[in-house]
Amino acid sequence: MSKYYHSVKLDVSKCVGCTSCLKRCPTEAIRVRERRAFIIENRCIDCGECIRTCEHHAKIATTNPLEAINRYPYKIALFAPALYGQFKDPEQAAFLPDALRMMGFDDVYSVATGADIVTVAIQNKLRQPDCPRPLISSSCPAVVRLIQIRFPELVDNIVDVRSPMEVSATEARRKFCETRGVEPGDVGCFFITPCAAKMTAIRNPLGHETSAVNGAISFLDIYGLLSGLLRKHKGNADFAHSSATGFGVNWARTAGEALALGVDDALAVDGIDNVIRVLEEIDNNRLSDLVYFEGLACLGGCVGGPLTFENMFIARNRIRQLVLKLPKTRPEARVRPETMASLGDALYFESPLESNEEALRLDGDRKTALEKMERAEQIRKRLPGLDCGSCGSPTCQALAEDIVQGDATELNCIHLLRERLRYMASQMVEMSESTRE
Amino acid sequence: MNSLAYHEEFPVERGDFGAAGEVSAKIKRTLKKLGFPGSIVRRVSVASYEVELNLVIHSLGGKIVADITEDDVTLTIADRGPGIPDLALAMSEGWSTASEEVRMLGFGAGMGLPNMKRNADDFDIQSEVGVGTKIMMRFRADPQ
Repeated sequence: MSKYYHSVKLDVSKCVGCTSCLKRCPTEAIRVRERRAFIIENRCIDCGECIRTCEHHAKIATTNPLEAINRYPYKIALFAPALYGQFKDPEQAAFLPDALRMMGFDDVYSVATGADIVTVAIQNKLRQPDCPRPLISSSCPAVVRLIQIRFPELVDNIVDVRSPMEVSATEARRKFCETRGVEPGDVGCFFITPCAAKMTAIRNPLGHETSAVNGAISFLDIYGLLSGLLRKHKGNADFAHSSATGFGVNWARTAGEALALGVDDALAVDGIDNVIRVLEEIDNNRLSDLVYFEGLACLGGCVGGPLTFENMFIARNRIRQLVLKLPKTRPEARVRPETMASLGDALYFESPLESNEEALRLDGDRKTALEKMERAEQIRKRLPGLDCGSCGSPTCQALAEDIVQGDATELNCIHLLRERLRYMASQMVEMSESTRE
Repeated sequence: MNSLAYHEEFPVERGDFGAAGEVSAKIKRTLKKLGFPGSIVRRVSVASYEVELNLVIHSLGGKIVADITEDDVTLTIADRGPGIPDLALAMSEGWSTASEEVRMLGFGAGMGLPNMKRNADDFDIQSEVGVGTKIMMRFRADPQ
């Protein structure tokens, strides 16, 4: 496997080597060694939990600065519908496309429109007789990576339709090139993102070789500029003629996707730990009647992304209120068959997703893995079982495995170290007493 | 007998719904770390989840013993009673003695034992009323 790019990175200068991120990481991908954190690359799913939890802001998401758009003669902004929830006044938020144009973009495309198209593509998949049950959403890249690492048996259940972001980029670029008569290579498509995982998905696309998106700009990076521009806007918004349906905009929050699909036997779960618990149930065949599973790494859905400014509950409520103002047209009634036909294969994965269960294995060879497991078990029995994280591994079990892998020693455990010191001290006393004249 | 084996015992208490599923989740994690193929991990976790729930719902308590070698996974289950009066009936699909209360929780569809047998490569069950039930399930790591 080629070197994998991650958006989530550590700012070493800010890391104090505490255990906050260590304990929150859902895939145990963080270790603290020599007073700083390290990310185990092949386990990280870029969910951004560590970004949210780090008080020292040492965990960062690498995205593109706004200036990056100047690398292209023509620039298109693709904005996630979650962006609407970041601004207080819905009348002003409706002018987001205008504000983005003022920031230097030649064209603006709402990813909610892409979500409408993706909704129709998934509905078509669900009608196929060999459709896996449950079909699992591919829209949250962190959840897709999670499944690849922790639930390899469910990889084939992931719907092979590209994300609304990808579909939006393809569609926006095609339209722009047609109307302006320019070369596709001269058009840079930039996603305005609420999360790190999307940036990673641009660099390492899921199910296809290259992304139609050229970069990602964080909500947080342009929030100040955007809100300033929106405040200057006067006039009433024309919600009735929105290009996207309310269903498409609703993808910004949990269960919006399931609602758009119109599937009754659908289950929407948010928060990475909750998603893991429900995936365990699906993996154990406990939810055999389920038709569709929508799992989102962030609480609240994309409105709760680690790169958002507004509180998730407030943003989620704003999306709900905005949707009430938008056309009630269903996506399948809005998206034109010609659009589906012209996108064609660009709607679907080029190649099946692969699993990445190796990331959790003790060893590639089962016999060696058994030996290591046995040794780790002996070590674990000597550890205090407090899972305090002071050793720099998230749990005592993880430390035992790290020791077996040669990444730590038993004296990383401060409790064992204290015992050892106490024993050595008592020996010193004993020696000094026995040598007293 | 393979000399290299990982052995772990898990007690399961009657009526302990709070902890139900923890043993099978643990066994599943272990198998993943050892690099067993996903299809085997899934069969073991489905069967071990069924047996764990059976212990919680129907037995007076017991234990699940996992023995893992390079070639196979063996689960040996023994409970302290009450024992199954008619094994043939208990092994037929759809037959259950689960109470209404347990059915309300979504269990007791009478698929437990048949499901275990279907997922295991070798399956053996012995039961004596007043003594208890013993189940042995073996899963081969590599399909033959």
